[in-house]
Amino acid sequence: MSTETNGHEIVGRGAKDGGRLFREWFEALSQATERGDQVAYVFVMGSISEILRAFDFQVSFPEINSLQTAVRRVAHEYLNTAEDYGYSPDICGYVKADVGMQLRGGEHPMGRIPRPNLAVLTNACNTYLKWAEIWERMYHIPTFTVDIPGGRSAGYGANETSGDFTRDRQYVQYQLQELISLCEQISGQKFDIDKLRMQMQYTNDMAKAYKRVLELNQNTPATFNALSEGTIYLGVANGLRGSVEGSRYFQDLVQEMEYKVANNIGTLPEEKYRLVFVGVPCYPIFRRFYELFADWGGVFIGSTYLWFAAGGLELGYEYDLNNPLESLAEGTMLSVRNAMDSMFFQDRALVNMLDPFRVDGIVYHPIKSCRTVSTGLADNRRAVMEARDVMTLFIESDMMDKRVVSEAQMKNRIDAFFEGLATRKLRMSNQ
Amino acid sequence: MAYSAGVDVGSTQTKAVVINEDGEIVGRTIIDTGANVVTAAERSFLAALAQGGIDEEQVEYVVGTGYGRYKVTFGDTQITEISCHARGAVHMFPNTRTVLDMGGQDTKAIRVQPNGEVLDFCMNDKCAAGTGRFLQSAAAALEIPLAELGVVALRAEKAVPISTTCTVFAESEVLSWLGKGKKIEDILLGVHRSIATRSIGLLKRVGIEDQISFTGGVTRNQGMVHVLSEALGTTLNVSEESHYMGALGAALFAMDRIKSSREPVRAKEVAV
Repeated sequence: MSTETNGHEIVGRGAKDGGRLFREWFEALSQATERGDQVAYVFVMGSISEILRAFDFQVSFPEINSLQTAVRRVAHEYLNTAEDYGYSPDICGYVKADVGMQLRGGEHPMGRIPRPNLAVLTNACNTYLKWAEIWERMYHIPTFTVDIPGGRSAGYGANETSGDFTRDRQYVQYQLQELISLCEQISGQKFDIDKLRMQMQYTNDMAKAYKRVLELNQNTPATFNALSEGTIYLGVANGLRGSVEGSRYFQDLVQEMEYKVANNIGTLPEEKYRLVFVGVPCYPIFRRFYELFADWGGVFIGSTYLWFAAGGLELGYEYDLNNPLESLAEGTMLSVRNAMDSMFFQDRALVNMLDPFRVDGIVYHPIKSCRTVSTGLADNRRAVMEARDVMTLFIESDMMDKRVVSEAQMKNRIDAFFEGLATRKLRMSNQ
Repeated sequence: MAYSAGVDVGSTQTKAVVINEDGEIVGRTIIDTGANVVTAAERSFLAALAQGGIDEEQVEYVVGTGYGRYKVTFGDTQITEISCHARGAVHMFPNTRTVLDMGGQDTKAIRVQPNGEVLDFCMNDKCAAGTGRFLQSAAAALEIPLAELGVVALRAEKAVPISTTCTVFAESEVLSWLGKGKKIEDILLGVHRSIATRSIGLLKRVGIEDQISFTGGVTRNQGMVHVLSEALGTTLNVSEESHYMGALGAALFAMDRIKSSREPVRAKEVAV
């Protein structure tokens, strides 16, 4: 990071560097098998990358691999492969795209995804468990499930002085110690706690910066669009968590966002409506989906996706490097609980951000192939509308499967939503 | 006297309405949309003008609505049918708080403010069950003209339960009931109730508040009006103009534009 860089170099750097880092990460994954690297498959809600990086595992995120096939418009090929193999059209599109990719020997539009030596998951998503069992059967690899207690109760166990909290943390810590033993067996490396401390320091830097980046969107105009640029930042936050590159990237990103705030630089030519996105993006028409809102001057200043799909990173939890294992357990537990709250009970956080972020409307986007994230959205929406007089839009499509993405229907609803927002703004300005 | 027009290009039919500055309908027409959407919009507009004895030059602003709204090539702007049905319904029935629009392929539940502002809306998604298309399938299976379905259904003594939720499979189910000797009118009442149940589900999602105005092409079906009123426990606002409500709303928005400015402006620059 240089303080001498000018505005031309700063603005847009996060998107550009994010894309580059992402490509480099996939290149490293493509070469992992040739180099003899150990590979760990992990998930966005509780990747525990710090431990895996301490053993030099290459981490691969099947969720990210799958969504990339949709962004690159080839998801249907992978979904068809999996469905031809016998998987139902009704199950998670991420799982099916991954199965399709595994059946094709790791062939992927970003490179070649190596086979795993280990899969690490949490209980944040029911599908994680069944998904990992597929690799277990395919490759006869060990899978390690970290059971995070209390994830299905809103705000559960945030009280650090309660007995339950201490026992929960110890429970997670014991599991992490078991994971460390397993990593030692698989990698043949002895555990180095100082190396773990270093990875944790990088995550500390990243979490602090990530939180700051999201908070800076309270400014008008918004410094980034949570649905487009935000998804790039999210990719780096997951893929490079616990790495020096990830840490540096987010320091630079804070600088970019602060520069944009200082110079009144927004992300749209004319920002008319400030929106929050709830759910998972519509990756099969990723750019077009964004344009359907941006064409009306709608900018997503926040997204629950940037909370739960970052594993609760926006909490900004700072590990205590003097007590690394205990702190890693606590941070993992609180962050994953936070991520699950963002999926299941996001109405509370949304109501709290309406005023500071000056939100005009909330867009709910349930998706066909993920019941976990979608089922409660109708109730959450109702709760928000009962709590506050805010316009909302409820549109359904999918994160992977273009067969259930109807752009014409979505556009009709989105246009009607903006017509309502326009009417409301006019009425309020006349009052 | 200035005139404005609304052209509602729906999936099945295209409606056009011309109004005067007092919001009174001076010309209206309905034609089948067919394959050529652009032509359908033009023909319906010209027919509405002819009916009202209005010259095209007298119409200062035209709003296109419906799925084919961007094909109203002579229009000044486009507004969704969701906003237009709400506006038309509140104009026609000022105490409207909930709108149920049932068209050929779409059913919409809309909750509105007294000023016609849309508070919330909900539509059928990726499935035409609960829309006019469901009735068309039943009409085809029973070989009864669409316009007579409702009248026949009202003669029923005991409705046959229609369990399918799929418009395509509904035809098979209707035929199977016929094969079992059920009366046509009883089957048809079952079909109407099935559609009503799905529509009321949409209404519940936005919240049902009296008064409820029923709009769209299916309002012509007396059987559906009766079944919905019975199920909702209230009398629905329905009139001769209910089929034209989207086009009427569009014409009213167009008149707003005329009154606010004589210069045409783009929809995205002003509130609807």
